[in-house]
Amino acid sequence: MRQDIRVKPESRGSQTVEARAPGRQAPADSISLRGVGHSYGELQTLDRIELELPAHGVLGLVGPSGCGKSTLLELVCGLRAPGSGTIEVGGATGAAERLARCAFMPQRDLLLPWYSAIDNAALALRNQGMGRREARAAAAGLFERFGLEGFEASRPEELSGGMRQRVAFLRTLIAGKPVLALDEPFASLDAITRAEMQEWLAAALRADPRTVVLVTHDVEEALYLSDRVAVLSARPARIVAELSGPAPRAADRDAAVTDPAFVAAREEALHALRGS
Amino acid sequence: MHDSGSKGTTRWRRWLLPALLLAALVGLWQIACSTGAIADALNLESYLVPSPAEVASSLWENRGLLAENAWVTLREMLIGILAALVVGVGFAVLMHRWRVLRDAAYPLIVASQTIPIVVISPILVVWFGYGIAPKVVIVALICFFPITVNALDGLRSVDPEAVKMMRSLNASRWQRFRRVEAPAALPNLFTGIKIAVVIAPIGAVFAEWSGSSSGLGHLIQSDTAYYLVARQFASVVVLSALALALIGLAALAERRVVTWR
Repeated sequence: MRQDIRVKPESRGSQTVEARAPGRQAPADSISLRGVGHSYGELQTLDRIELELPAHGVLGLVGPSGCGKSTLLELVCGLRAPGSGTIEVGGATGAAERLARCAFMPQRDLLLPWYSAIDNAALALRNQGMGRREARAAAAGLFERFGLEGFEASRPEELSGGMRQRVAFLRTLIAGKPVLALDEPFASLDAITRAEMQEWLAAALRADPRTVVLVTHDVEEALYLSDRVAVLSARPARIVAELSGPAPRAADRDAAVTDPAFVAAREEALHALRGS
Repeated sequence: MHDSGSKGTTRWRRWLLPALLLAALVGLWQIACSTGAIADALNLESYLVPSPAEVASSLWENRGLLAENAWVTLREMLIGILAALVVGVGFAVLMHRWRVLRDAAYPLIVASQTIPIVVISPILVVWFGYGIAPKVVIVALICFFPITVNALDGLRSVDPEAVKMMRSLNASRWQRFRRVEAPAALPNLFTGIKIAVVIAPIGAVFAEWSGSSSGLGHLIQSDTAYYLVARQFASVVVLSALALALIGLAALAERRVVTWR
């Protein structure tokens, strides 16, 4: 029940915000990677990656540190061009077109210290040319829905780690892009806050489904949040296993992650990771 | 969040301790002069070694003259710093925007620092005459380096991940500059400005020594001929007070602008 306190149903937002916030239409794109390879100079990082993700699906990417999973995410977003193969996001293959369809959430929250929490969250709207007052009004509705009410004017350094991540996620969500690309969004948090944030994100995605690519080194996090988890090998990364949890983004996280089927999937993923 | 009492105490200590030390040093100087100790040691007439009290009275007696010349030097410094700020920041932005320009110009800017300003100062007097122009150019030349280098460092300090984030949030090149790079560069820019403000008087005085008819540097130089040592000290006091005031102004501006630190 806790997540229902954190993420309120959509009807709680004001009507003008509902109309304004790009998230409401919940656009989503399918993603497909065919034979994607990449290298930094001599160093080959990715080797013939094949992935298919339907619209509104959540794909988890797990792998050992430095295996190239963040690179893969940047490739999907069009922040980099692949050395070989094709990447399609919503039917678009060009890097600039992909970039237009993906919102990227970097590893650290990277909230801009010279802006208040709400101005950070509304950054995408400002970049789209919306006036400050209008952008704040649009973001305010989401602050209320996502349990950040009262912290609109706070400076990032005044927020806790979990709150900063929430603002960073809202910033990504508000961009209204069909695809959310999350690069280890909770890696910097302590275990308890991290579990809470996973529940929070699950609730957010239940309320506002998007196509999501989630990079993490935490198998449990990937299995709990994703419809499908791709396990990558050490560099050059290949997909060594694809599996899924029994109940992605279940309301009761504690029950979900102790479910025998979940535990079995986790063991399988860990086995694939170690064997790679 | 902070204990206001201890914060108040530290602020007091920050001002009080240097003030006490300064008072002690001035006191020592006063004693050494009034006993004639320094003059005897240097084997000089006592009027050549003025005491703080004599400097203070010279400061008061010559207040009109000093103010007049201080204004000349202050103007040279302010216009020079302002010119360095405009050109330096502009250049830093251009070098940040175009990598080729940075690779080509940056080593030259660093290398140019090996040229002693004292050497070009007479040349500039030949070129620009005895007016304010060569002084402004000299001040601007020596202030250009700290401002440009620090501004560029600031612009480059931006996290590459933040740039990726902004790109995926539809930011144009200008929006990335306006919302991320420029604010990130501000603390470094202020560091550069504070360094520039400290060295600006050196440039102004050198420039005045190379040829001028007014200014504190000029006054110090011409007082040498008449052994007006007390007034020379008075000029030095005024010059350093000007520099301190400028630093204070820069620090104040920094606190008003960079509110997130």
